[in-house]
Amino acid sequence: MTGSFSSHVEITLRVNGEPVTARVEARRHLIDFLRLDLGLTGSHAGCEHGVCGACTLRVDGEIVRGCLTLAAQLDGSEVWTIEGLSDSGAIRDLQDAFVARNALQCGFCTPGMLAACAELLDHNADPSRDDIREHISGNYCRCTGYEAIVDAVAAVAAARRGLARAAE
Amino acid sequence: MKPAPLSYARASDVGHALALWREAGPDARILAGGQSLLAGLNLRLAEVDGLIDISRIASLRTIDLVGDTLRIGALTRHADLERSDLVALHAPALAQAAPLIAHPAIRTRGTIGGSLAYADPAAELPACMLALDAVIVAQGDGGERRIAARDFFTGVFETGLEPFELLIAVEIPVLRPGRAQAVRELARRSGDYAMAGLVAAADVTPAGLRDVRLAYFGVGGSPVLARAAMAALDAGRPVAEAEAALDDDLDPSDDLQASAAMKRHLAKVLLRRVLADLTGTEQGRPA
Amino acid sequence: MTVNLHLSELDRPNSYIGKTVPRPNAPRLVEGRGVYVDDVVLPRMVHVAFFRSPHAHARIGEIATAAALAVPGVIRVFTGRDIADICSPWVAVLAHLKGLKSAPQHALAVERATWVGEPVVAVVAATRAAAEDGVAVLEVQFEPLPVVADMETALDPDTPLIHPELGDNLVFQRLHEKGEPDAAMAGAAKVVEAVFHTGRHTGVCLEPRSILANYSRPENQLTVHHSTQAPHMMQTIFAKHLDLPEGNVRVICGDVGGSYGVKVHVYPDEMAVAAIAKAMARPVKFVADRLESFASDIHARDHRIKGRMGVDAQGRIVAMEIDDLTGIGPYSVYPRTSAIEGNQVVNLCGGPYDFQNYRAQTTVVLQNKTPTCQYRAVGHPIATAVTEGLVDLAADAIGLDPAEFRRRNIVRDDAYPYTSAANMRFEGLSHQASLEKLLTMMDYDALRAEQVRLRERGIHRGIGLASFIELTNPSPFMYGIGGARISAQDGCTVRMDPDGSVVALSGVTEQGQGTDTILAQVVAEGVGVPIERVRVITGDTQVTPYGGGTWASRGAGIGGEAALQAGLALRENILVVAAAMLQAEAGALDVVAGEIVDKATGQPRMPLAELGRIVYFRGDTLPKGLPRELVATRHFITSDYPFAFTNGVQASYVEVDVETGFVRLLKHWCVEDCGRIINPQLVDEQVRGGIVQGIGGALYEHCLYSEDGQLMTANMADYLVPMAAEMPDMVIGHVETPTRESLLGAKGAGEAGTAGAPAAIMNAINDALKPFKARVTAMPFTPERILAALGTIPERRL
Repeated sequence: MTGSFSSHVEITLRVNGEPVTARVEARRHLIDFLRLDLGLTGSHAGCEHGVCGACTLRVDGEIVRGCLTLAAQLDGSEVWTIEGLSDSGAIRDLQDAFVARNALQCGFCTPGMLAACAELLDHNADPSRDDIREHISGNYCRCTGYEAIVDAVAAVAAARRGLARAAE
Repeated sequence: MKPAPLSYARASDVGHALALWREAGPDARILAGGQSLLAGLNLRLAEVDGLIDISRIASLRTIDLVGDTLRIGALTRHADLERSDLVALHAPALAQAAPLIAHPAIRTRGTIGGSLAYADPAAELPACMLALDAVIVAQGDGGERRIAARDFFTGVFETGLEPFELLIAVEIPVLRPGRAQAVRELARRSGDYAMAGLVAAADVTPAGLRDVRLAYFGVGGSPVLARAAMAALDAGRPVAEAEAALDDDLDPSDDLQASAAMKRHLAKVLLRRVLADLTGTEQGRPA
Repeated sequence: MTVNLHLSELDRPNSYIGKTVPRPNAPRLVEGRGVYVDDVVLPRMVHVAFFRSPHAHARIGEIATAAALAVPGVIRVFTGRDIADICSPWVAVLAHLKGLKSAPQHALAVERATWVGEPVVAVVAATRAAAEDGVAVLEVQFEPLPVVADMETALDPDTPLIHPELGDNLVFQRLHEKGEPDAAMAGAAKVVEAVFHTGRHTGVCLEPRSILANYSRPENQLTVHHSTQAPHMMQTIFAKHLDLPEGNVRVICGDVGGSYGVKVHVYPDEMAVAAIAKAMARPVKFVADRLESFASDIHARDHRIKGRMGVDAQGRIVAMEIDDLTGIGPYSVYPRTSAIEGNQVVNLCGGPYDFQNYRAQTTVVLQNKTPTCQYRAVGHPIATAVTEGLVDLAADAIGLDPAEFRRRNIVRDDAYPYTSAANMRFEGLSHQASLEKLLTMMDYDALRAEQVRLRERGIHRGIGLASFIELTNPSPFMYGIGGARISAQDGCTVRMDPDGSVVALSGVTEQGQGTDTILAQVVAEGVGVPIERVRVITGDTQVTPYGGGTWASRGAGIGGEAALQAGLALRENILVVAAAMLQAEAGALDVVAGEIVDKATGQPRMPLAELGRIVYFRGDTLPKGLPRELVATRHFITSDYPFAFTNGVQASYVEVDVETGFVRLLKHWCVEDCGRIINPQLVDEQVRGGIVQGIGGALYEHCLYSEDGQLMTANMADYLVPMAAEMPDMVIGHVETPTRESLLGAKGAGEAGTAGAPAAIMNAINDALKPFKARVTAMPFTPERILAALGTIPERRL
């Protein structure tokens, strides 16, 4: 199709705080854009139909499914992947808790899982175990059985509350 | 599992979207939240040439109280419904239903307009529209058209929208004093499509529930108003009669998770539990 | 933890064995720095997408490739005949499974397609998207053939044959008899019986099967980046079927995003990718998408089992009888074969219990569905569900509490060595200790009291118990004796570098379970260095000793022992040099925390870095002829027992909503005995993950087929995997009975959770349903099946 429609789209956005300009195929979803065009392989494609949650990442301050977002839609957007969240230190305590609690095994779900958990903690300082389970109910992990993840998130929430109290 | 090649255009406003649609022809698809459409494209279940991206039209992402009507823009996201004080106050069923939709990372992008226009018979929001007597606002080249929710959902993934007509908002009468709303669904796992679900609204009076709305989802080709059961309850008949009336109201089909017989049964269980929710008793156990 | 007395040598101040240490690879993975196959990009790389059969059974006609070749980005198209010229077919049989037969299988179907999803044509393109565009316009003519879908009728005379040359659809049949089951049943006070179904399900690794094969024509060298559990096995397979010397095949297995048995098999599409790489002499990548995964990853556990159990008046099991039927798809899967699962059912049924009259038969048949093969806890969840289901029925029939019934019947802890009714030999198990620990942990009596109280309020909770055995540390008796080139031995090379760092290269592999960590612990312990100084390398056939990789819970028991012995050998080698340098007796010195110390006093004598400096750079100062081998390799294979069995017992506490059929998992307990525990946290998390995988099979997962062989649950919305919101918290306990076959004493722990969970869940649900005289025995136990069992709705056959 021609006219106003095109098979390739020029986009300018910020990825992990860095400006990116690219010409992408209109059909390219965000995960392929990050992985194939930007080499950000920390984001994983698990099912590409929005169910498994492996591609969960942060766009404009909220978690989204990378496979259900076209790169073409993200002109002007702010995208944070596991690489950027790691470099910035924004989720360091959560990552440390995952390691300490062995809340990951194969690690394939982990970047998406961390994105989901981080968002929960941003909005709920004192989540119950059920809250945590509900919030990650769209993130599939075949290895851990989830309990270690729930433990890790609960531990971080408690630690952050402790810090907040200490600061008062 | 990549989409087939497609052509894309981003609409800057509603007028632009309609113009793009005319340009592309009737088979073009509107990309709102994309949470169903893009999955279908990835799976190559749907192939689309012209994709019109309306997701950045900020004027459609609004929640306003206009007189005694709550007007919700089509691009209001499920997460917005969850967080909105206006929704919680004036359309509590929507606030209850939103967290039942899929998962957090879907709700941040999925939109009310997209859900209604897609008209998945197992989706929560279309049933909410029925139960809440909502009006769907569509805009075409000739201007706005208002469609009562009961006339809007015409079949499996089918609506009363005309070609080149964009769903831009819904208008919901605000909850009036003495009226209650409740939502329940029975899904295998949190966030799954429900085997059966029910959105209900009613005036809670000393004589019992009146002006009852029962909108089921997941039990038919489109959301279903259970008119016979509603009439039985409005007439003050016992719940058992309303349950029996559901046999006439509902005509579910088998799916992978539940047979038609099971859906009929679950619809009755939901009715008992939701009516208990409405009247505030503890008869219903958590689903 | 308890320390095994005969290993006192290991009980030293700087011991790592038995301690929770964090996984050295975890910090990398939480930063998204894993390197999975799809993350590897090579110059000139091309991508493959497959045209897969839309028919369950069809003759393949003309394949028109012109349209595909015209698609922008498409480079080449390979048909089955093209690939057959490069890659030879295989037949998956094992000589020790008498009568096992299968048909030759090609990488791409040549004449007939035999299941929906079988690869038929490969399209090679510059991108995966372009390859899919090519597949979309391929035109393949099919002549549909009659479909064999129902395993119950697969052997009927009027059922069509999937491979006419085999003469029938029977793959394998085995009848095992011991004692006098008929007489014992006849004399039993009560005989209970039931028919069980385990739903066909699949692994759903989050990282799909992935392969990147590259072929260098000048070197005649194939290098394969492969998401696999068994790199050396794949090296041998690629060499054999692509006609290359084994030394010219290198398999590199980096990070693997879950495997659970799915990635230990030979997949035709992956073989085709290697063949295409050889044909095109350039890197070729294939990453299965999720739809392909459902249709082409192995499935498992498609069984119907009729079981009977006889008990005497005292509640002692006197006999057990099972008749197992399983459908495995159109081919036995190479090279492990698809007869093992049924064989395991025969071997494992009744395993925890002390009785000797046993008859068991398995019948393995062909069908036009995705091939099945070994998947986490092969056969165990089936055998455990059948056994424990019958045990609960028997307890009820004789009027005993399920816990008491088990007390009376499990093999006593002082009875070992013991040979089971299935002729499995057990070196040492702890059923009694494990059961008592479990009942204490869960406060069984209090739960029973709570159950009674809640029933009065219309709340229906159930408690389910399941004892189990788990087969680990396999010897060549599993596959090797049948002719399969699958290594039961494993090796480890440990090397000290100049600064005292230690590198360990092992033939077992890391899939997330923590193998690298336990190897580091064992090597640090063996050599005598801080664990931070140990780096573990696995998953590269060019550098590690040839070994079996990850299967049958062998990493710790086999790979760990090889690593321990290699570490100890390196320590001895170090001490020889140290003795010469310090003019002391080697026997009077030791290596502790990276230093040479005086063995008697612990007094530091010299850091390892100084020894390394001298050996590597000033070897002239050492006595001529002094051995200075700072590398040691050791291999390990079990020989006293064919397998190291482990044991355990699980309990599930559930609430059934009898109006909706929904099951809520309230809590789960497991006590298991994997012998010596190297890293308690890793063992616990293996068990937890395994339990949830077992819960998946019990409640959710099901590969449903239509009558014409179409997979109806072929995506993640329709195929339900266990997710966080519905899963319970799990309490894990341990009993330690180390194996005496090795110094380390470790047995496997990877499959215990999956082995026992479905049975525990089933028994808990049926316990909750008891007042309604309803019972479910067909997994998954869906709300619909539970409501049907309650008589609320009619039963539906799916």
